[in-house]
Amino acid sequence: MTHEKPHLDNVADKEITFYKAQEIPLPKELEDFIAEWKNKPGNLIMILHKVQEIYGYIPRKVAMKISKLLNEPLAKIYGVITFYHLFKLNKPGRYKISVCMGTACYLKGGNDLLMELENLLGIGVGGTTEDGLFSLQTVRCVGCCGLAPVIMINNDVYGNLTKEKLPEILGKYKQEGEE
Amino acid sequence: MDNRKIIFIGCQKAGNLYDLINKKLVDENLRQKVHLRKFYTFGLYTYKNIIKVWPDNIIITNITEDEIDTFIEEVIKNGKITKLKDKIYKKETHPLIKNTKVEFYHKQFRVVLRNSGVINPEDINEYIKRNGYKALAKILKEYTPDQVIEELKKSGLRGRGGGGFPTWMKWNCTKNVESDIKYVICNADEGDPGAYMDRSILEGDPHSVLEGMIIAGYTIGAKQGFIYVRAEYPLAIERLEKAIKQAREYGLLGENILGTDFSFDIELRLGAGAFVCGEETALIASIEGKRGMPRPRPPYPSIKGLWDKPTLINNVETFANVPVILYKGGDWYSQIGYENSKGTKVFALTGKIKNSGLVEVPMGLTLREIIFDVGGGLTGNRKFKAVQTGGPSGGVIPEEYLDTPIAYETLQNLGSIMGSGGMIVMDNEDCMIDVAKFYLQFAVDESCGKCSPCRIGGTQMLSILNKISIGHGEMEDIDKLISIGKAMQKASLCGLGQTAPNPVLSTLKYFRDEYEEHIKDKRCRAGKCRELVKYAIDPTKCIGCTLCAIRCPVNAISGERKKPHVIDQSICIKCGECYNVCKFGAVIKE
Ligand SMILES: Cc1cc2nc3c(=O)[nH]c(=O)nc-3n(C[C@H](O)[C@H](O)[C@H](O)COP(=O)(O)O)c2cc1C
Ligand code: SF4
Ligand code: SF4
Ligand code: FES
Repeated sequence: MTHEKPHLDNVADKEITFYKAQEIPLPKELEDFIAEWKNKPGNLIMILHKVQEIYGYIPRKVAMKISKLLNEPLAKIYGVITFYHLFKLNKPGRYKISVCMGTACYLKGGNDLLMELENLLGIGVGGTTEDGLFSLQTVRCVGCCGLAPVIMINNDVYGNLTKEKLPEILGKYKQEGEE
Repeated sequence: MDNRKIIFIGCQKAGNLYDLINKKLVDENLRQKVHLRKFYTFGLYTYKNIIKVWPDNIIITNITEDEIDTFIEEVIKNGKITKLKDKIYKKETHPLIKNTKVEFYHKQFRVVLRNSGVINPEDINEYIKRNGYKALAKILKEYTPDQVIEELKKSGLRGRGGGGFPTWMKWNCTKNVESDIKYVICNADEGDPGAYMDRSILEGDPHSVLEGMIIAGYTIGAKQGFIYVRAEYPLAIERLEKAIKQAREYGLLGENILGTDFSFDIELRLGAGAFVCGEETALIASIEGKRGMPRPRPPYPSIKGLWDKPTLINNVETFANVPVILYKGGDWYSQIGYENSKGTKVFALTGKIKNSGLVEVPMGLTLREIIFDVGGGLTGNRKFKAVQTGGPSGGVIPEEYLDTPIAYETLQNLGSIMGSGGMIVMDNEDCMIDVAKFYLQFAVDESCGKCSPCRIGGTQMLSILNKISIGHGEMEDIDKLISIGKAMQKASLCGLGQTAPNPVLSTLKYFRDEYEEHIKDKRCRAGKCRELVKYAIDPTKCIGCTLCAIRCPVNAISGERKKPHVIDQSICIKCGECYNVCKFGAVIKE
């Protein structure tokens, strides 16, 4: 099983200076949240969760803004983001496919599902398809081991899967996504 | 008295079924006659769409949308179930109740899960109705902190987070440190990749955890508590938030709890998907907003914890036990259990088992009783091979030790651990090298990298295992695994590295012949290690349908229609396609 290795942004330095010069406005929800947490010790992780809840990932511009607001070096913020598997630096697909790699699912062939999905989608773990529809990740035990092996697409759970069933399931979402 | 029926609707997408039933009831003017509730955790995960009817205590499983009318007709209108009879899950007489000889256990079998599935977790009144917060009220009125500790000591409660440290000692230590500020932390980072006990408690009975924490706050002299909960558990977070809000409204959290001069509040902090953050010092670093790296102990958190203040950390299940102990007394609690392991333990029973789900059993029950009586035996009545306990920090236990009573020490003596409660049953199709690889890979992925025994040792062991699983192993690799493993156990900084070799060492201990077979005979008897499997066609079974030949991606199969086919081993890439597609079981793994 490979874990998603978050790679640091590959924006060029020029762009970074550009971002620095450019003040981006934050949505009100996030601004309020930061105001509420600003003076609480240990707030960084909670704020990053909020950012990810709003954007689906942690955009570099927002990380920079937060660095300024909290008066923390950007390097420290990136240190925290990259330590925790849950924080993403890249925008996920519209349909997030999570393959359960918990013990029960692994024993019942979760790995085969993962390989088949990689083949079908042409992306690896942590990747997003070119059309932005699907992204692929592994998760650990989603708590329905009785239905193993299990995958989740956004919040829908599919259990007792075999790789033969995958094309049909993906097809459904593809159709929905293209409508 | 409200004697309306309560209908709990539980399924993966509870929404659908709930909405349909709700609508139907409204249409038929029956909505006022029953309480309707969504439910999520039932411990019966093998079934989809579960409906539980209270107080009848009937569970109906796998109900389809077409059967909703029948359901309403039979369950709500007539109270007589005929058509849906086949779908009734055996009434909640857990097999255990029939099988234990000790009368006592029958009634007291659910301690931690006493309210789960019975009360609406989003309504504090229902918790209170079932004696909730009574222990707290009693303590604030009558007990000194030392008396609380005395009661815990009598109970014999030990930490349920894996280590099994006596809870009273930890509380006593933290209480005795002089400091104006102290903290209570609940460890809800449940990291074992095959377990979800803590989540079920938080979702099914959040107030029991809050009550345990408030009592802890009173006892050690803390004003602030934190629950560090996995962000992957959105429903648990939502329920906890609601519970905290309601407890504040009822004066059970906040300033001057229940009119006394004791004040205490609880906040949530979210984890972000790092297994090592379940380790207490890493967890503290994470709450402080940093990378979650462990630090050497001592000093223990009870002396120097969160923001360097004395801190009490306990697991979710540990806290959930506390109110019951103080309400019924330590002596009562210590009657349940076995030797130095008192009380019950919740396990997430999964793998090749018929009734997969959560079970709460008294300590001292044997593994065999849990697997065969409670769990109903293996799926397809296949042959038992091993059971894994303790997740990535634990080990496997083979058939000859199935009569071992469950307790901290007994499992440790077998080279495994109690752990937080994952219990995975394996059969002959599971390869022990593959299993060891799975857990070790997990530990390697999750190692924080701070200390070299864990970082380098883990990677080394994993590469040896990989080598063995593709048939390139040598006999001396076994000794290498053992010596690296032992070094990691001794020299790693935190529990992750210290226990990471356990799955490898325990499989080696009990299934050494399987390792040797992989190395010497290049054979994997379970047929799991892809590179070692050889596919062949049994000529007596093959009817020559040609399906396998059509599906083989590399044209390794030849043969005439209606005549037995053969596989050319020099071409075969061992993809397993022929094995999967043959309808006559003619393709065999050797
Ligand atoms: C790598 C690692 C992971 C751990 N994960 C958890 C966990 O998920 N939940 C937990 O309660 N304890 C976990 N622990 C144990 C904690 O460090 C700590 O001992 C425990 O929370 C204490 O609570 P208890 O005394 O109630 O068991 C873990 C320990 C290690 C070394
Ligand atoms: S044992 Fe592993 S996880 Fe623990 S501190 Fe060392 S490197 Fe980190
Ligand atoms: S295992 Fe795959 S490659 Fe080998 S014979 Fe069967 S289908 Fe062909
Ligand atoms: S292991 Fe996949 S749901 Fe538990």
